[in-house]
Amino acid sequence: MVSGRNGKIVLVTGVSRDLGRRFARCLAANPAVGRVIGVDVVPPRGDIGDVTFVRADIRNPVIAKVLAKEDVDTVVHMSVIATPGSAGGRSTMKELNVIGTMQLLAACQKAPGLENLIVKSTTTVYGASNRDPAMFTEDMEPRRAPKAGYAKDVAEIEGYVRGFARRRPDCRVTLLRCANVIGPHVTSPITSYFRLPVIPRVLGFDARLQFLHQNDLFQVLQYSVVNDTPGTFNVAGDGMLMLSQAIRRLQRPSIPLPGFAVGGVGSGLRSARLADFSPEQIAFLTYGRGVDTTRMRAELGFEPAYTTAEAFADFSALLPPTGGYTDRALAALESQLTGPAMLGGGPRG
Amino acid sequence: MGDAEIIPIGTRGRPGRGTGKQPSSAARGLAPSTKTKPARPAEKSSAEPETPTREAAAAEETPSTAERAPTTTRERHPLAGIPTADWLAAFQYAAREVFGEQWEPQLAAFLAFLRRRVTGDYVVDEYGFDAEVTERFFVAALRPIADKWFRLEVIGAENIPTEGGALVVSNHSGTIPVDGLMTITAIHQRTGRHLRPLGADLVFRMPIVSSLARKGGATLACNEDAERMLSGGELVGVWPEGFKGIGKPYSDRYKLQRFGRGGFVSAALRTGVPIIPLAVVGAEEIYPLVGNIPSLARLLGVPYIPITPFFPLLGPLGLVPLPSKWLLEFGEPIRTDEYDEIASDDPMLVFNVTDQVRETIQQTLYSLLMKRQSVFR
Repeated sequence: MVSGRNGKIVLVTGVSRDLGRRFARCLAANPAVGRVIGVDVVPPRGDIGDVTFVRADIRNPVIAKVLAKEDVDTVVHMSVIATPGSAGGRSTMKELNVIGTMQLLAACQKAPGLENLIVKSTTTVYGASNRDPAMFTEDMEPRRAPKAGYAKDVAEIEGYVRGFARRRPDCRVTLLRCANVIGPHVTSPITSYFRLPVIPRVLGFDARLQFLHQNDLFQVLQYSVVNDTPGTFNVAGDGMLMLSQAIRRLQRPSIPLPGFAVGGVGSGLRSARLADFSPEQIAFLTYGRGVDTTRMRAELGFEPAYTTAEAFADFSALLPPTGGYTDRALAALESQLTGPAMLGGGPRG
Repeated sequence: MGDAEIIPIGTRGRPGRGTGKQPSSAARGLAPSTKTKPARPAEKSSAEPETPTREAAAAEETPSTAERAPTTTRERHPLAGIPTADWLAAFQYAAREVFGEQWEPQLAAFLAFLRRRVTGDYVVDEYGFDAEVTERFFVAALRPIADKWFRLEVIGAENIPTEGGALVVSNHSGTIPVDGLMTITAIHQRTGRHLRPLGADLVFRMPIVSSLARKGGATLACNEDAERMLSGGELVGVWPEGFKGIGKPYSDRYKLQRFGRGGFVSAALRTGVPIIPLAVVGAEEIYPLVGNIPSLARLLGVPYIPITPFFPLLGPLGLVPLPSKWLLEFGEPIRTDEYDEIASDDPMLVFNVTDQVRETIQQTLYSLLMKRQSVFR
């Protein structure tokens, strides 16, 4: 698949955001890749290394010209955003996600030299509900079709990507459904949730969580740029963490709130710009979600370096604990008991 | 200061002892006043008009203080003043009582366990099953109920395979799924294996119940999860009657309801694991369901609101299950590995196997009922 030119020419969308920028840098360092062109509406803030930045809006047909001029053979679409954040409101987010993807795919279809399309999707497409199977495989549909928000955007984007794959059978399309990406520098709804000093959670429910370390995300994207592996794959670290367990590992206090109250707290936190609780985020934190990664191992041939627990440990290493009093009390008790009790126990016992 | 101390003796002619209306003045003097603190009796004597030292008004500030000071003591905290060594000795004694002679390593292990729980340093499987807490708390708490309250008698426990996937299919009864909990306990007691129950989606919608169910190893009753668990070599439990079985009126006791759509059979056929029929006698009588409030149930989105002879009547006391005698019989495993791969797509075969399982359980129920002397014995 690798053409006769000096390595691949890869176009990466969404490089203004931290994950996109870091990935583009990683990719530029890969020997199998010739050039990396980063595209976004705003320039990236940090160091982009050997990446050529082109300021272009993917919602705009200009992107087709970029593809043609640079003779791009691989497109990595990473600019699907989970939160409106700085971009503006929900309508801006939807426009960025859905219209952006449509324009990008339209441009891709018109680019004869294009050979590979890699789309970073998310496991949010499976939704989260009480009727979910324990582990979603790639063939399963969400139990309830998403009605709004990020999940709906992603579902629509995946639909367009499938349509593109039908229209351009010569182009290899890889759709990576990644679990929640986590890492010391990642800013996402789930990481800002865990960065709260006191973590609200839904009373009486304990979500199952899977994480993907940011390095593993970069690895799997690079891997699928280099290797010819078409298809849809779930990508997640091994193992499971319960939400309560994760909060305990962070050593942060949590307040259980009834489901309806979490939404109110969430909107308060959103207006304070502390965290973003969308309805699908609350559903995820209530019921959790598990995805089956057998196909990732067997067909894609990728093995994440971090398990879910290790990825979470790496994320939490930089977070100062705000709680953990019980643990300290128990540790003190333990040292008290093993100290004098052992000595005193001898003559008596 | 007063040179004549008047020490009151007796009741001074007023009715005191023995009338029952008023305690004797001596007794009144001993009893601490509720209005003032006993440590300051001088004020009390001036405040109380009933005190016998009424005549000694001239010398009222001092005499009683001088008299009482040695006898009054400050209200002491019951735990204060016990030396640390005594504490330690008592603690050691208690620890020996609880953990036996090897209490120090035992206690250290227990503390380590507590810390592991508090810091989240434990492992759950992909269904959210927490083996440690299930073994230490759930099964440990249910075992006395199974042994002492329901006096479980298990027949045919040798039919449960000691390893590999198997599907335990049981009748369902008792208004609240206590039979599921008891089956889990009985199987863990006899074989050391964890039964992984498949629960309705209602279970995973209810707060608290849902998180407990996941911790205890349950997962949603759907084909995907059933097959995943069975091919993972787990011992899976299903109650195919579902809410029809558990919420049936007491008059229909021990009459098996329809066995769903036979989804459990196709899951077993696809994974080739044996089906172990289980008949549970005794669960029907724990909460005899005599009525239902369908309108309220519909409002709350639950299948039924039970009325038992005791439940809404006695309030929370009505939630105590009646101590019926339980008999559990595990039948001969029904093998499914001799059918080929496409057998699970043959509806007739699925229905036949479903009927076979159902008939086996129904017949076992009848024979167990014949065997049982009475409901409570």
